Amino acid sequence: MLRVLFFARVREQVGCDSLELPWSEDRATVHGLLSGLCQRGPQWQAALGQPNLVVAVNQRVADSAARLQAGDEVAFFPPVTGG
Amino acid sequence: MATAALTVQVQEQAFDPGALQQALASADSGAVVTFTGHVRGGAGAAAVTCLELEHYPGMTERSLLAILEDAAARWPLLAAAVVHRVGRLGPGEPIVWVGVSAAHRGEAFAACDFIMDFLKTRAPFWKKEHGPAGAAWVESRGSDEERAARWQPSTDGAG
Repeated sequence: MLRVLFFARVREQVGCDSLELPWSEDRATVHGLLSGLCQRGPQWQAALGQPNLVVAVNQRVADSAARLQAGDEVAFFPPVTGG
Repeated sequence: MATAALTVQVQEQAFDPGALQQALASADSGAVVTFTGHVRGGAGAAAVTCLELEHYPGMTERSLLAILEDAAARWPLLAAAVVHRVGRLGPGEPIVWVGVSAAHRGEAFAACDFIMDFLKTRAPFWKKEHGPAGAAWVESRGSDEERAARWQPSTDGAG
């Protein structure tokens, strides 16, 4: 399985905070996972198509080429604004 | 050199900056530098009645600790600590506290500045402001990234 998390504006736009998806060849990279999620509807496309979208794999910032394995935690969120 | 004591706390409850500062100092602390960030109240249509802070549990603590470890690798620190609140906060309330203890002021000032710059650009927190006009997510600022970019990767440990 892949655990997929959404935070802040991205979470609100897609209307959910987490998903569990089976790992598959289509989801072997962040890019593949994103492409599938964007097909879920216009809100998903809008939220995950943002040029400043940040991706973290296993709680470390990653890029869209990052490989995914079963058991990975993948998070999508906007640029951070703490402090 | 002894390993610096590094602590990270993410919490909903309010904190007392004075008590945190006292806890940070030790007999060897020639310098203690602290920073407290407060919720800005704003005015008129931009008034903030409540600030809501979301974070990514797990990654937040991990990234804050990594920032403290980076600071301790650059400067000879005795201790460094971060406390960051999450949940709902009112105007004027302290939201973040950073404290650094070192033998001398130079490294304490520099490390505190460094920690805040990376906290603002790397730690997964998101602010949402509530006010008379409704609620809106705070946009990230390019000036924060520029400040963080001032710190070149350290190769000699001198920062």
